[in-house]
Amino acid sequence: MENFLSYIPLDISLIVENFDRFLYGVWMTLNLTVLALIVGGLLAVPMAIARASSHPIFNPIVWAYTYIFRGTPLLVQTYLIYFGLGQFEAIRQSWLWDPILSSAWWCAFIAFTLNTAAYSTELLRGAIIDTPKGEVEAAIATGHSYRSRMRRIILPSAFRRAIPAYSNEVIFMLHGSVVASTITLQDILGVGRWLNGRFYLAYEGFITAAFLYFLIVLCITWIFRWLERRYLGHLTRREITETDIEILSEGSTR
Amino acid sequence: MTVTSALKVENLHKSFGNHEVIKGVSLEAQKGDVIAILGASGAGKSTFLRCINLLETPNSGDVYLAGEKMRMKQNRHGETIPEDIRQVERMRTRLAMVFQGFNLWSHMTVMENILEGPLYVQKIAKAEAVEKAEALLEKVGLSDRVDYYPAHLSGGQQQRVAIARALAMDPDVMLFDEPTSALDPELVGEVLAVMRDLAEEGRTMLVVTHEMGFARDVSSKTVFLHKGEICEEGSPAKLFTKPATDQFKAFLARIN
Repeated sequence: MENFLSYIPLDISLIVENFDRFLYGVWMTLNLTVLALIVGGLLAVPMAIARASSHPIFNPIVWAYTYIFRGTPLLVQTYLIYFGLGQFEAIRQSWLWDPILSSAWWCAFIAFTLNTAAYSTELLRGAIIDTPKGEVEAAIATGHSYRSRMRRIILPSAFRRAIPAYSNEVIFMLHGSVVASTITLQDILGVGRWLNGRFYLAYEGFITAAFLYFLIVLCITWIFRWLERRYLGHLTRREITETDIEILSEGSTR
Repeated sequence: MTVTSALKVENLHKSFGNHEVIKGVSLEAQKGDVIAILGASGAGKSTFLRCINLLETPNSGDVYLAGEKMRMKQNRHGETIPEDIRQVERMRTRLAMVFQGFNLWSHMTVMENILEGPLYVQKIAKAEAVEKAEALLEKVGLSDRVDYYPAHLSGGQQQRVAIARALAMDPDVMLFDEPTSALDPELVGEVLAVMRDLAEEGRTMLVVTHEMGFARDVSSKTVFLHKGEICEEGSPAKLFTKPATDQFKAFLARIN
């Protein structure tokens, strides 16, 4: 074992010694990403409904919001909130400053939330608009009001159809969360950078970081594969059962 | 004697842009009537049916359901819109529709499709709704498909579920919009058989169809639409043996 490790051009002991830091980094990355996804996802639902409607006020407002946040890099958005807002005396004096805008974590969280909300809004809007027209008509003909057919038919159908595309958004958000390391936060990449800065060993820190991100993405992929099986089964062809085979073979002997 | 008809449509007009599709159609159905609506494609049959439950908004004309008038008004652009959308929604629950493309909710199982209206629109108690749904599935011969998703059923089975879904609302009038047109020929029979049963039970039905056999044998009245107007109407016995107009004669000749 000792012998084998010596062939790897990495200082493994350094990684092992600092592994608790990396674990903390994983915690930081996960709590930022997951909370931003949850809050952003919740914000996206009413905004997607507005974008899918032809409401003369809400639709253009949300349109402008999603175009601004999808049209600019997450890094720039984070800098504007973290460095930019602090320039204004009024903001530094306000109640928003002390617990929230002076904290790097809160700034990253706000930027990530607004960013993922913008992408999720457009994604969900697409799924809402793509709801089969006939299914919507059936809901109307059954006597559902706009509200109740949105709640009972359109959204449940749209959420399911949005799952595959949303898994990409989740992975992009995880990868985008490295931005947190540029505003002093010790997320996974932050720890890698710290290791590099402290020992001038680039590979150790960054390979460990890359490996940890990869593991998380693997978990996300598994979760979404399970979700797709669970919630998209209604659109896939059913597996052929023994009864079907019996019926098929009966048919052929006739 | 004044008997309130189950459904009365008076002088209905509908245009898409400058193209007038329905040019003043009136129709009356008594309780238990089965009215077959025939016509070449583009004659306005489906549009007429869809104007009754306001899937399309007619430009003018009145719809009465068991004497209750669907109240309409003009908005400031001069378009006809419902005066009270709640009233329209209430009336739609009494006017179940069966579509050409089945239109089952694809993310719901057969049972969930049938329970949707009774539970979430009519707010009927769950136990009662489930019991009724099971009886309806039995009636359309799909008791063994309760937990299937629509995509896992044949077209004929899907349409029978759609009919059960419509029946679950206990509607006063059922609207059938070419219910067998999207089916493979060998599956048409099973759907027509269910519809025959409903006719025998005394359900009030408006059926837009290309199935001449169904119109001739089952309908109590046959209506032939031509270019947005009623060209010929009456008992199927009379219409099919002695077509009066050239248009209907030509239509029959083309069908057969």
